[in-house]
Formats: sequence, C-alpha cells, structure tokens
Amino acid sequence: MLSEAEFRGAIVEMLRRAATALPKDVIEALEKCEQRERDKIAKLQFECMLKNLKLAKKLNAPICQDTGVPIFFVKLGNGVKLDFDLVAGIRKAVREATLSIPLRANLVDPLSRVNTKTNVGDGMPAVHTELTQGKRLQIDLLVKGAGAENWSRLYMLRPSEGELIERAVLLTIGEARGQPCPPTIVGVGIGGAAEVACLLAKKALLRPIDEPNKDRQLASLEHRFVLAANELGIGPMGLGGKTTVLGVHIEKAPCHTASLPVAINLQCWAARRASAKLVGDRMRIEVP
Amino acid sequence: MMKQLTPPLSEKQVRQLKVGDVVSITGQMVTARDKAYARAIELLRAGKMLPLYLRGGIVYHSGPLAIKNKSGWNILSAGPTTSARLDSMQAEFIERTGVRALVGKGGMSENIADALTRLGCVYLAFTGGAGVLAGQAIKDVQKIYWRDLGDAEALWVLRVQDFGPLIVAVDTFGNNLYARKIRLMKANDDSGSRRNDRQRNGRHRHP
Repeated sequence: MLSEAEFRGAIVEMLRRAATALPKDVIEALEKCEQRERDKIAKLQFECMLKNLKLAKKLNAPICQDTGVPIFFVKLGNGVKLDFDLVAGIRKAVREATLSIPLRANLVDPLSRVNTKTNVGDGMPAVHTELTQGKRLQIDLLVKGAGAENWSRLYMLRPSEGELIERAVLLTIGEARGQPCPPTIVGVGIGGAAEVACLLAKKALLRPIDEPNKDRQLASLEHRFVLAANELGIGPMGLGGKTTVLGVHIEKAPCHTASLPVAINLQCWAARRASAKLVGDRMRIEVP
Repeated sequence: MMKQLTPPLSEKQVRQLKVGDVVSITGQMVTARDKAYARAIELLRAGKMLPLYLRGGIVYHSGPLAIKNKSGWNILSAGPTTSARLDSMQAEFIERTGVRALVGKGGMSENIADALTRLGCVYLAFTGGAGVLAGQAIKDVQKIYWRDLGDAEALWVLRVQDFGPLIVAVDTFGNNLYARKIRLMKANDDSGSRRNDRQRNGRHRHP
C-alpha cells in the first residue's frame, strides 16, 4: 500500500522538478522557435530563456522567481487503497516544498492581502479530483504564475456565434500582449458550463505541446489558431517576432443548447508541469 | 556591443538611448512593485523621505526569491515582474522619486510610455521568467527596506554587475516597442454593432 510519507515525498519532488526544469516538449518547442526567428531582439529573448533553463538545471534553482501557485489534478481509481487523506498530504507537501526548495510564498488573503507564508490556505492549493475505475492513481501538477493566469478569460457566447471562438482567443492573446510572458501555451475550453469550460482550458495546458487533440476537428482548429496567433507579431516577451504562442490546446464538452461557454487560460513560456503515477506501492515521476 | 549603464544616470544620458539598443547595468538597482510603489507615493505626497535616495537611480520591477545564510542573502531567482500592474502609479512615482530607468517585463500602456518622454526616463526589458540568469548578475544584497510588506514586495537594494541583456523598449523619443499595431485590434474597432454586447459583458470585451 502507498504510504503517506512516500506520497508526500513524491509531491515535494514533483514540485522541485517542476520549479527547476521544463518538460522536454517545451524545451524542444523553444529551441525550434529560436531557429525560426530572424529578428535580433526576438532571437535574443529565446537565447536568454534557453540559457536560463541551463543555469536553473545546473544550480538546481527555480527557473522563475514567480514559483506560482501549484494546481493539482488527481485521477483516483476505486481500486486504490489509501490509509491517509490525499488532499491533506498534498497540502503538507506544498508547505514542506515551500521551505525546502524553496518556493516563493505567493499565497495571500484576497482582501487583506496578508501572506499565508506557506503557499497553503483554505481551499488552496487547488486539488481537482476525478474518480475513475481500477487501481490507477495519477497526479498532474501545473505551476501557474500570475503574469499568465491574470489573462484568463471566460466568454459566454451565443450558440449562433461559433465563429467568434477564434476571435475570443485572438482577442485574449492580443490584449495580453507581452504581459503573460509569450510565447504562451493557450488552453481553450469550449462548452460544458462556465466552470467546466474554465477547468477544461486549464487542463488543456497539461497536454504536451507536440501532441494535437485526438479529435480531428479540434486538432485542425488548434493548428489554425496557432497560425493566426503567430500572425499577430507580438513575439517573445511582446518585443515583436514570429512566435507569439508555442501551441494552442483545445478541449470541449457538451453544453446547454442555449449556451456556448468559451474559456481561455494562458501559460507562460516557462510552462512548468509535472506528472506522477502509482506503480506498485510507489509513486513514479514521469515528467519532467 | 552592449552599452553599460552605471547609475546614478543623468537626464542627458537616458535621453540618448533609443528603442532596440541593448544595454546592461553595473552598480545599484532597487526593486519595487505594487505595495512599495503605493507606500513610496504616500510618503512623498506627505512630504516625508524614503529610506534611500532614488534620484538618477534604477528601479527593478521584481520580487526576488532568496535564502538567507550565514554569509548573507543568496539570490536564487530574481527575474522581472509584470510592469503594467504599476501603470496607475508609474508617472507619479517617476516624477516624485526622480528615477531615470525602470527595468521590467511586458511593457506599459501607451499613456505611461508618453509620460516617460516628458519625465526623461527609459524602460528596459529583461526576459521574463529568466530568474536564474538575472540572479547570477546580482552580486550582493546591500539592504532590504520595508520587509513588513512581505519579502516579494520589499525594497531590495542590489549591487549588480553586467545585468542584462536589457532591451531599451520605451525611449524618450516617444518610441515604444510594445505599441506596434496588432491587426486584430484594428479589426475589432470596426465592430460597432457589438457595442451593446460589450456593455453587457462589463470589463471583458465581447469578441
């Protein structure tokens, strides 16, 4: 059986790896974009990004000082036996990681703005749980800095306005310009209900950049949106160039016949994420 | 060739910089963000002094991640934060403190960029997210003021060496690298028929 100590240790290690290294698909995408840029300033931005990644790895230091807030996605099968509180374990691990890595204490009361100093508070970090069948336990972690998260958008379009989905996505990217640290990964959630669309948009950011949606219609929309976004010319860090997004990931769910929710969630170029799953009675970290 | 900036900077010096120039900083740089800006303005409006003299100085929009050990502070990661969050305070802050350069990321709104021309101050962009690269150029934490605001919001007085590459992104000639027209924005201005929807959706513009 998975012990609490093993679980907590794995979460701390996921947080450490996510803070200090990017997944392979993100690094490769950045390298490819650097090659493609002709503009001197745009190229220089990519050079700094890639140099920073090497330094972070070498010094085991957080890539960005905004170590964000961690968002957890848990898939828990009904055949997994646990003798501890999973959410409490995650909270403890975040507290521990904040001191040991260290992570910047980012979490504050929304009104008084008083810092909790632990990155833990009532209801945070968010743990989105999906109950499934079998002996599966999978943990996915997204690290979200404020620069990108602040440009999250929800549009409740009219059902007849399907053609406005693309405009909603481009408007979000266009208004954000350099602020979310482009080139961004753009998560788009279409349908469901207001909160479902928001969650889909965020979950879409977990998908590797080189992996289009399995649904062919969505994959072709993703491709089209990437081309349109890169035509905007915002460029790396908003300083101009050919690369405004690294990818667009779309997820959908059925929605009310009278609704068309569209949510957009941006992730900065330092697209930090981690994944682990239960193998036997241990957690195996697979990304990064 | 990268141009070296060594504060204190004179008005004449910063008025020679042009967008697209690549520069680096050696000397003193002071961090400030939302809460520090608000407190500085409040003190200066009341005719009080700041804990340090900023005239000719360089302000860095950053909340460093650092650990304290026996020999002092060790900066782990200290890249720039989103400068536009400070837009509403920026012009008054520059005017009252007399700073000559801001270092940040993401740019600022166009009316603030115009104010830089008037006030003789430039905006220098450092690559967002490149926190370790920035940290390597920080040689010493000389002092930290206003820690009661929280470490990320405090004033960190840093001694930096070859801090860069920095891109001059807003200069004093009215040039602003962030202000290039985006096609979509133009197209959007034509959609007058959607005005009611825009109002319905409040602050978020209807696509």
